[in-house]
Amino acid sequence: MAVVSMIAQRIGYAVALLIAVLILNFVMINLAPGDVVDTIAADSGGADAELMAEIRAEYGLDQPVIVQLGRYIAKVAQFDLGYSYFYNRPVVDLILERLPATLLLVFSAQFFALIVGVLLGVFAAKRPNGLVSHVVTLFALFGYAAPVFWTGILLLIAFSLKIPLFPVAGMRDVTVEGGFLPQALSVLHHLVLPMFTLGTIFIALYSRLCRASMLEVLGSDYVRTARAKGLSPREVTMKHALKNALPPVITLAGLQFSAVISGAVLVETVFSWPGLGQLALTSILARDAPTILGILFFSALVVIVGNLLTDLALRFIDPRVKAGG
Amino acid sequence: MSDQPITRARSPFSEAFEMFRRNHAAMAGLVVLVAIVATAILGPIIYPGDPFSMVWAPFTPPGQDGYLLGTDYLGRDLLSLLVHGAKVSLTVGLAAAFVTVTIGITVGALAGFYRGIVEEALMRLTEFFQVLPTLLFSMVIVALFGASLPMITFAIGVVSWPAVARITRAEFLRIRELEYVTAARAGGVRNVGLIFRVILPNALPPIVVQAALMVGSAILFEAGLSFLGLTDPNVASWGQIIGSNREYILDASYTVTVPGVAIFITVLAISLVGDGLNDALNPKLRQR
Repeated sequence: MAVVSMIAQRIGYAVALLIAVLILNFVMINLAPGDVVDTIAADSGGADAELMAEIRAEYGLDQPVIVQLGRYIAKVAQFDLGYSYFYNRPVVDLILERLPATLLLVFSAQFFALIVGVLLGVFAAKRPNGLVSHVVTLFALFGYAAPVFWTGILLLIAFSLKIPLFPVAGMRDVTVEGGFLPQALSVLHHLVLPMFTLGTIFIALYSRLCRASMLEVLGSDYVRTARAKGLSPREVTMKHALKNALPPVITLAGLQFSAVISGAVLVETVFSWPGLGQLALTSILARDAPTILGILFFSALVVIVGNLLTDLALRFIDPRVKAGG
Repeated sequence: MSDQPITRARSPFSEAFEMFRRNHAAMAGLVVLVAIVATAILGPIIYPGDPFSMVWAPFTPPGQDGYLLGTDYLGRDLLSLLVHGAKVSLTVGLAAAFVTVTIGITVGALAGFYRGIVEEALMRLTEFFQVLPTLLFSMVIVALFGASLPMITFAIGVVSWPAVARITRAEFLRIRELEYVTAARAGGVRNVGLIFRVILPNALPPIVVQAALMVGSAILFEAGLSFLGLTDPNVASWGQIIGSNREYILDASYTVTVPGVAIFITVLAISLVGDGLNDALNPKLRQR
């Protein structure tokens, strides 16, 4: 029951946040110089004032601002994010076409970073001044300071051009034939470098926090008790310590979703990964406002869903959250 | 205070400076940073000329024909671009961090000081800004309002402040309950005075550390935006060099890797200095 009411509460809050995103979108598009009609007029090589006024009336742009805002929100509620004059397609179609690629990249990078980060953190915590600890520190510095697109380009040069292990660009090999399995393998093959590039920043973050968290837990009374009753070091680490050291790391990972999406925009550009980031870039260069704002809306949606999933994951892992109801 | 015996106390600043000086990594970072800033300021004087002028054959490898770092796809001197770009990258980084910190401190201080509905509203606002992917948000701002350097600076600052706001609020929440604040309030200090003269100076250490790191993040941010082409094409910056040469990594990878090294070293130096400041200014963490 507690979980259901929590989810209901969170969904209500999420809807409020999304409406806020729409209002922000609306404010920005109204503040920006020029409107949709100017764009259409410019694209079609000019139009007279009368025709432009006609189009404005057609789009409701002559209505009061608050009415326009209401219409905009009502339209989005019906899953209509407007029409892209650049692609000549509804924005929702454009986004849904690209969304899977971005979701695959974002979630695989998060999982990869979490697993590697936690493993590094656990090993580093075993010997606070050992080799792995130093590696974690160095990695953390590198992960913070290296521009993600630069890391991507370096990996691309190293593992696609000099040593041709992985493909240079794209998401799948069009020459691959056959059923689901070969196709999936081709996608995975293309995914390795982008995932690794995007994951690096976050491995640094998670491993550092996991190390600190593990060190704290390993010094606690219940871990000493577990050791005293004769459990093997492995059991103590995996069952008692890690379980309690994990929640802060998961919480941090949940907070990073928006940063991961930001990074994905750059990584997608480096590896020509056909996701939302690529779409955002081309539509920005084409000044295609409906598409840009639609992407901003959808990325906020992904972040909110990511946060919700994190909360659920925490409930499964952290007994205290469950007990607290 | 005056009738107590005066013991030999060192000012917190000299103590912190002593801590910082003994931190080798932080000192190394500081030295590198000073060198980079000096390059940014003096570079254009020592190495004059328009970095955008085409001086030699395109894709001349580093070291050949007297061009230390080679030339890019238009035959422009990469070293000249790098030196002139340093000023832009650092300036945008500093200015954006300033915007970030100003907004962050204002929001955090008001939320932490006034509590109640003010805090509720401001923290909701902060959460809202955290839901929007920062890079996408700033791309949208730059796309809609133009890719001038002031707009880029503003776009970076306006999307990055939530972290500073959270830290400031946490510090204000902690400090506002301390006795010297109550004493100051009893002594008739008004709210504005309490915020700026009593609480803020004591809340500054973690904010300063965050601000230092923000400069690094902002440099990375500017580089990311210009890598995507969202920059003023008539002004050289490190990210802009990488972005404009992006298509040619097959022909001349150094045109992309070398400016990346400049960004990497600069941000690394800033983060080492930031870590050093953190150890020096936050005494509770010193035993870490």
